[in-house]
Order: sequence, then C-alpha cells, then structure tokens
Amino acid sequence: MSKMKLTRRAFSYPYILFMMIFVVLPLVLILVNAFMANGELTFKNFVNFFSDGSSIHTLLISLAVGFITTSICLFLGYPIAYLLTKRKSGRYMVLLFTLPMWVNFLLRTLATKEIFQALNMPLGMATVIIGMVYNYLPFMIMPLYTSLSNIDKSYAEAAQDLGANSLGVFLNTTLPLSVPGIVSGITMVFIPTISTFAISELLSDRMITLFGDSINLKFTQDMYGVGSVMSLVMIILVILSNVLMSKADKGTKSGGAV
Amino acid sequence: MKKFFQNSYLGIILCFLYAPIMLVILFSFFNTADFSFANGFSFESYSQIFTSEKSEALLDALKNTLLIAAISSVIATVLGTVASIGMHYLPRRAKRLVEGVNQLPVINSEVVMAVSFMVFFVTFAFPEGYLRLIIAHVAFCTPYVVLAVMPKLAQMDSNIYEAALDLGASPAKAMVKVLLPYLAPAILSGFIMAFTISLDDFIITQINKGASTGIDTLSTLIYSDARVQGLEPFWFAVFSIIFVVVLAVLLFVNLKKSTKKEEKNI
Repeated sequence: MSKMKLTRRAFSYPYILFMMIFVVLPLVLILVNAFMANGELTFKNFVNFFSDGSSIHTLLISLAVGFITTSICLFLGYPIAYLLTKRKSGRYMVLLFTLPMWVNFLLRTLATKEIFQALNMPLGMATVIIGMVYNYLPFMIMPLYTSLSNIDKSYAEAAQDLGANSLGVFLNTTLPLSVPGIVSGITMVFIPTISTFAISELLSDRMITLFGDSINLKFTQDMYGVGSVMSLVMIILVILSNVLMSKADKGTKSGGAV
Repeated sequence: MKKFFQNSYLGIILCFLYAPIMLVILFSFFNTADFSFANGFSFESYSQIFTSEKSEALLDALKNTLLIAAISSVIATVLGTVASIGMHYLPRRAKRLVEGVNQLPVINSEVVMAVSFMVFFVTFAFPEGYLRLIIAHVAFCTPYVVLAVMPKLAQMDSNIYEAALDLGASPAKAMVKVLLPYLAPAILSGFIMAFTISLDDFIITQINKGASTGIDTLSTLIYSDARVQGLEPFWFAVFSIIFVVVLAVLLFVNLKKSTKKEEKNI
C-alpha cells in the first residue's frame, strides 16, 4: 500500500521539476542579476537605482497613480458591490459589471484612446488615470461582491434588533466584515496598475512612464542589473500585499468565531 | 427616489464600462477611424480584414495566436492534471509548498514574470521563437489548471478509487475508468481557463517573442501597428468581432453555470 502511495505521489514530480526550471530558476536569475555587475557580486545596481533620480521618480509617480486609481476604484466599486448584494438579480448583474475584464486590456485601452482623441482630450495624467480605472474597476467589484455576499445576514439583523440605525449597521457590521474583500480588491488593482505595461505609454503619448514600462525598458536596453533591482522592488510589493491579504482574511475569520 | 438614484448610479457605471466597446462596434459599420458618420453605413471595415495590405500579417497573427494557445493549453492541461493527482497524495507540508510555488505565476506581476522568462531564455541560449513562447505560456497557464483540478480532488471520496482497486482494477485502469471521469468537468474548466489566458496574453508574448523572429500574435501585432498611427478602420471590425465572441462565450458559460447552481438549490 505504501508503495502504491509513493507511485501516485510521483505524478507530481514532472510538474515540480518543470516549475523548478521554468518558474523558480528564472526568478532566482533575477535575484542573481540584481547583485551582479560586470561579473562580480556587488550592490552597485542598488546604488545605481536608488541614486538615479529618474528611476525613483518613476517609482513615486507609479505609486501615486496606483494610489489614485485604487482609491477611485474603491469609492466607485464599493457602492456597486453593496447595491448588487441587496438585489435578487445581483448575481447576474455582477456578471455584467465584471465581463469587460475578460476582453483583452490592450484592445480596451486602444479603444479608449481613440475615444479620448475623438473628444479632443489632451493625453496625459488624467487620461492615464481614467484608462486605469476603466481597466481595473471590474477587478475591484468582483472580490468586493464576493466578500459582501458571503456575509451572514444575521449579523446585520442582530445589530438592527439591538437598536442600530442603518448607518450604524453598515459601519459596525457590514464594513468591518467586508475588509478581506476590500484588501483583495486593493491588491488586484494596485499591483497591476503600477506594474502594467503599455497602458500609460499609449494613453499619455509616452509622456508618462510607469514602473512596469520602465522595467521592460531597462531590459531592452540591456541594463539587466538595474532592471533586476526594479523587478525585486516589484516582487517585494507583491509579497507585502499578499501577506496583508492573508492577514485580513484570518483577522475576520477569528473575529467571526468570537 | 432612493431606488432611482441607486439605479442611475449602476446605470452610469455600466455605461462607462461598456461605452468604449459599444462605440467601437457601432463605428465598425461606418468605415471610420475618428468616430464620424461621414462615410455612411457599410461593411467596408469588415471586408478590409481580407483585402487590406495588412490582412496577410493579420491572418498570420491569428494563426499564431490560436496555435500557441492550443499547444500550450493542451500541454498545460495534461501537465496540470497529472500534477494535481500527484500533489493530492503528497504529505501535507510538501503539498503546501508545491501549492505555494504554483501560486507564483498567479500572484506575481506579469511584467516581472515576463522579464524573468526572458533573462532565463537568454542565459541558457534557448532558440528564439515558438519554443520560448510555448514554454512561457505553459508556465503561466498550468497553475490555473492545478487550481481548477485540486479542489475537485479534495472533495473526492477516496473510497471510490480504493473500491476500484479492491474490485481488481489495476491502478492505471482505476485512474482512467474512475478518477479521470470524476475529474472531467474540472479538467475541462482548467483547459478553458488555460486556453483563454494564453489567447488573451500580451505582456509575456511581447517581451519573449524576440525581435528577429517576426512572430506576432494578434495582441502584439495590434500593439506594433496601432502604437504608431492609431487604429485603422479595419481594426474596429477586428475588435468588434473579438468583443462579440468573447462576451457571448462568457455570457453563455456563466449563465449556464448559474442556472445549474439554481437547479441544485431547488
């Protein structure tokens, strides 16, 4: 029997090997390249990145665009998700709101660009942010709707029975219980916004370069070292947001048990 | 009154989300690139798909897109299904570790994944072209197959498989006759997911296709063509076709899923 189990387990080995070679090793190479310059181990790439005003500038602009886009998506998306959970047809309507995200982002971005130009809107920061909100709003609505529709109604009813008004019910039960949805919505919008490729370039006529474009640019210019450092910065942001997400998830779960 | 405001809010946001798509579809029938009705109603944009000087490149790109998606998603489905069965029987710790690594391409930023593939291919001198693209596509599609199949395995009553063995089936036969039919719906949805993601990809293909090979998929061709001088009328027609196909397929799949759920609830 134990031999049986051993052979079944072996089915996972080809994929494990595949991932080690084609997923883990490439990321290790990024790590190695970040610490390599002219064939020796060094912190030079980090020094170059952090002392180069334009790289830091790109990072800060990207964080700002990410922050603004995420905030707008949250403020527009939360009421939508909330209103949809209140309706019987909400399950179907949420589909309508999230379907556009399955249409290739490049096509949607090019379509919006054509519209901006037809409306004579000057391409720049405003159009980049509108385009980002347009692209990522469905990614905010989806986790918010899932989280809001999974909240047990009895919490709100209990709060009501205990005399809370509708605002009180919302602030004290619904909002705190939807925190995991909020956090995962923020992650799903913020990370792609700052690391996206091509959207800002197209919607600002190359005036605004975001972090994702900048990473790609460094590699196409053969600056593997600095490009790798920038990728590492991005990986750290991804890890941070995922830690935050699992914390928020656990937080409400243990809270719910009490 | 309150209801009215709520409905208008939902309506306005829906308009915002669908306006670009609808406008492109509308003006694809007016053979225009600047949203005017001046040229009148016609199917000119659509016929240009086949007659414009770019149609050869376009049809080539379509062929590449489908070819790469088909090959990668078939490989990803086989690899991911077999892997899931194996992972199911791994000790808990090892299973969690492998699941963690499986998540990497899902959570990581796409640009970072793309450049890490590129550095890897350059470092080990992989030949430019289809090989690089298919490896990269398999690497970022397989996790979704695993994510589709693993939950189904976790729900499975392990007695079914053991019973087949007790009744004299060889492990291979038990797998083909019992395990695979049970997993079939999950495998199919994993395959569809992998195919769609590969089809939809732009970033990883753009960064790994190599400049000298001349290989283009639909999205990379559109990018290189539209970046310079904006969209020509025939792109409006191409976009419209893609929009309608994607939205129709998704609507169909999702509505079918939710009616099934409803039937179960009754």
